[in-house]
Amino acid sequence: MEAAVNEIVAKYNYWIYVVLMMIGFYAMIGKRNLVKKLLGMNIFQTAIILFFVSTGVKKGGNIPIVDKYQALAGGVDAATIVNPLPHVLMLTAIVVGVSVTGVALAVLLRIYKEFGTLEEDEILEKLQR
Amino acid sequence: MSTTNLHLFVMVVPLLSALAINLFGRSNRFLIAPLVLGSLTFSVFGSILVTGRVLRDGPISYTVGNWQPPFGIELVVDPLSAMMMVLIAVVALLASFSSLQSVAKELPGREAFFFTLYMILIAGLFGLVLTGDAFNLYVLLEITSITTYGLVAMGPGRAARASFNYIIMGSIGACFYLLGVGYIYILTGTLNMADIARILPTLNAPGATATSIAFVLIGLWIKMAFFPLHGWLPTAYGYAPTGAGTMVAPLMTKVTVYLMIRVILSVYTPALVFANGWLANGVLWAAAIAIVSGSSLALGQKDLRHMLTFIIVAEVGYMVGGVFLANANGLTGAVLHIVNDALMTLCLFLVVAAIVYRQGSVSLSSMQGIFRRMPWTMAAFVLGALAMIGVPPTCGFFSKWYLILGGIDGGHWEFVIALVISSLINVVLFFRVIEIGYFGALEDGGHHGPVQYQEAPGWMLNPLMLTAVLLVVVGLSTGPLVNNLIRLIVPAGF
Amino acid sequence: MTPIFSIWPLVAVLISLLGALPILLSDRKPNLREGWTILIAIIKLAIVASLLPGVLAGHTYVFTIARVLPGVPIELRVDALGMIFALVASCLWLFTSLYSIGYMRALQEHAQTRYFASFAVAISSTLGIAFSGNLLTMYLFYEMLSLSTYPLVTHEQTAEARASGRKYLTYILGTSIGLVLPAMLITYHTAGTLEFTQGGILAGKASPELLALLLVLFLFGFAKAALMPFHGWLPAAMVAPTPVSSFLHGVAVVKAGVFAIFRIIFDILGPQTLQAADLGSVITYLASITLLVASMIALTQDSMKRRLAYSTIGQLSYMVLGAGMLSATGMLGGVMHLAMHAFGKITLFFCAGAIYVASKKKYISQMDGLGRRMPITYLAFFLGSLSIIGMPPLGGFISKWNLLIGAVEGHQLVLIAVLVISSLLNAAYFFPIVYRGFFVPAAEGEGAGIREAPLFCIVPLSVTALASLALFFFPETLLRLVRLALGL
Repeated sequence: MEAAVNEIVAKYNYWIYVVLMMIGFYAMIGKRNLVKKLLGMNIFQTAIILFFVSTGVKKGGNIPIVDKYQALAGGVDAATIVNPLPHVLMLTAIVVGVSVTGVALAVLLRIYKEFGTLEEDEILEKLQR
Repeated sequence: MSTTNLHLFVMVVPLLSALAINLFGRSNRFLIAPLVLGSLTFSVFGSILVTGRVLRDGPISYTVGNWQPPFGIELVVDPLSAMMMVLIAVVALLASFSSLQSVAKELPGREAFFFTLYMILIAGLFGLVLTGDAFNLYVLLEITSITTYGLVAMGPGRAARASFNYIIMGSIGACFYLLGVGYIYILTGTLNMADIARILPTLNAPGATATSIAFVLIGLWIKMAFFPLHGWLPTAYGYAPTGAGTMVAPLMTKVTVYLMIRVILSVYTPALVFANGWLANGVLWAAAIAIVSGSSLALGQKDLRHMLTFIIVAEVGYMVGGVFLANANGLTGAVLHIVNDALMTLCLFLVVAAIVYRQGSVSLSSMQGIFRRMPWTMAAFVLGALAMIGVPPTCGFFSKWYLILGGIDGGHWEFVIALVISSLINVVLFFRVIEIGYFGALEDGGHHGPVQYQEAPGWMLNPLMLTAVLLVVVGLSTGPLVNNLIRLIVPAGF
Repeated sequence: MTPIFSIWPLVAVLISLLGALPILLSDRKPNLREGWTILIAIIKLAIVASLLPGVLAGHTYVFTIARVLPGVPIELRVDALGMIFALVASCLWLFTSLYSIGYMRALQEHAQTRYFASFAVAISSTLGIAFSGNLLTMYLFYEMLSLSTYPLVTHEQTAEARASGRKYLTYILGTSIGLVLPAMLITYHTAGTLEFTQGGILAGKASPELLALLLVLFLFGFAKAALMPFHGWLPAAMVAPTPVSSFLHGVAVVKAGVFAIFRIIFDILGPQTLQAADLGSVITYLASITLLVASMIALTQDSMKRRLAYSTIGQLSYMVLGAGMLSATGMLGGVMHLAMHAFGKITLFFCAGAIYVASKKKYISQMDGLGRRMPITYLAFFLGSLSIIGMPPLGGFISKWNLLIGAVEGHQLVLIAVLVISSLLNAAYFFPIVYRGFFVPAAEGEGAGIREAPLFCIVPLSVTALASLALFFFPETLLRLVRLALGL
């Protein structure tokens, strides 16, 4: 029991992302309102983005902005700065996420124009009629 | 332009033409067709030249912005990606003739938007097969997906809802893939495929590797609609505008299957993926179920296009199963089936487009007596159907041959039986359509009367006939194709 | 005995396939269209005949169309066994073409262009089967034959034709994909080749259980041979116009099935291998059951074409039975019967068609006294049925005699009994037709205006009847071919 608690506490950030991810996943699969599904998708993506950013963190690491002349002269001690690559990757992922959200919202607008609602049950009802 | 970077231009030219279409096509829609056809024709010749070079001199690598790998993004052309480039270029070109016609009819005034997305999608597909970077793959995967969401949503009626469904499922798939890549990055500290493949086997971290493999594969399976993760595909492809279906249906799932093969061969290495026998066994059972249930679900459809979408689901099972047989014949069959299935699906969707163009619907009841109205289109349909069933000498037979042989080699009888059953169900599926088309004249009793030809315009019909002929030509050239190309893809030790 | 590279087999196969094109193009000019049909039939027969002397001298002609799979090209090869089938098919096609013209025009059938074009593709596939160099090539042409005959079976486009067409495809495609395809792949997996080789390719490579499995899969898989319980398509296919029934369902299609089984027994599994595994009796018993049951069903049929159809099912089993004896005489008899039955049965179908053209009668019970109105037709019918029953002086006697000798040599009492009983049954279902025709007077006021069918119908059926007769007196060429084919 104690070992499990220690495990959770030691990697608390990852456990938070797992919980976030599950919330998002539940909303995408379980919710019947299309906007809530979309919000779930955003939460899901955010969890993964946070997860990636976390991987770059180092204890006592500084921001990865290095003085050029200093670096050229003395080199860089990689242990003193956080890994910038995951952040850069996540910038791209955020852009992707925003685009998907944008397209999804546009599609939701079309669905609303078509059916007059964004509740899946009501849409299904209208389709059957 | 130097020939060394030709493969880059194959990808970039469609992208630039997408920009040009968006800028100029809105005001002058007569510019769209030359831009689409011109850039795709360039891609066809370019990709063929690149393939020739790859076969002669070995793989080509290009570093974007001259950042050296493993830091920069690398574009790699090896035999497998060269083959995919040619396939994408040819299928896209053949499909676009038909798309131009159907879009002009179905979405008048919105051609510029449609073809902007269409060309970005094609550029994205080229990017997917070229990239040598696992994260870049994710971005390109999303580029192709987002454009497809847009294309699907342009359809009438239920298309928007199908598209939203696809967005949710597609995003889950992409996120899973991204998560798996995150694991790889934590493990290896690199995102370059060749680098990962070099480092990963030396790490001896079976748990983390297996988790990563699981996330990546599930992500890709959602994207390729591998049963039971296929829910989005039939509606998305079934309600999309006809012009989008002709290009998206043959290419998207096939390119995703390519990605799976790429990930297994060049990222994780087969030794790691197939280390656990149960994974391959489980996937093969899933593939067998996918094949049988995809075909069976197709039986229940009353519309030709919806029937075909379920057949695509079954065909995905063919290819996934072939890869997970983990032997030379199985992999050869899977790769060959990527080519063949793309052409067969193209042929059948072009038929759908031609019929929809003429009579607005491909519901089975509206197809009565269609053999008399559109004999050439239906002749192509029969050829496509035979290829799907797997009748020699059409190409579908030969990939099925390798797949079944691979199943026998590996002793996976469930997969063999599933393939045979699916062929039998395909017989029923397609001959039901053929019967309706052939006997429909019964009701009007007018089969002695003069024939009223109502073929689609030549711009649609000729590419269709060419595709139908290609089915036989590719089938007969299976030998050279396997010997000169696919054999290079199968890794040693298979 | 090195194979000779030759393009003629390809030409022989392709000529009618390409011939479908001018036939389709001369849609509006029936005389020109039929001219093409006859011209192509003659050229085809000439090419096949020109290959005969070489084959008799022991040569084989080979043409590779495409190298598609490792060790299994798509390849045409003319050897003695294939020559027998090709000769029979191309010879009878000429007569069928002539007969078709008479029949179709007399009945003013619709869609004649489609009919003649499909026919051309079908005969092309038949020759392809005969000249196949390996199992894959044969499978290719076998499927092509199934598909090209579908428009012929459903020619009438009635609800009945639709149902029959569905049944036809279900049986034929279902078995070839469901049974032959896996069996072919297992064979390839085991032997590494599919080349037709005298004595088989599986010797010493397959366990008796595997051999038994393959044998059963192949026997039932080639459902065109109509071994029970996969015979149901044949009577159903009789809904087609009579020339189709006569040629395809009397000769080409069913013989393609039997020919495929011959190839499997002689050149894939191998008689010696089968003998060693003691599997001959599997074949002979399966064939015996079909033979007896089909003959008995034939007795009960009143529809002329259905009776002939069940007779065909029975006679096909004679051939399979002969091959299954695995002894020299038995196999000889089986292969001979392929040719003998073809000439006999096509005569009978031609006669049935001629009777229908002349009198619109389909049922035997209506045919009283017709023999006096149509003496030539009935005489030909009599000769044809004698040949099928196996009476001298007709060709069928030679093959059936050899079958009987084979059974006696093998001390297989059951088979002797089966052969004798079934020949009696054959007589029992054929003679009443002839008897009714000549000796039972027609009902009052019936048949007044009936006379012989048009010349295009009468000439072919007389020639084939005479050919049956000739085969009894001059069987030497055929015998030499059969001996070559069996390596005797």
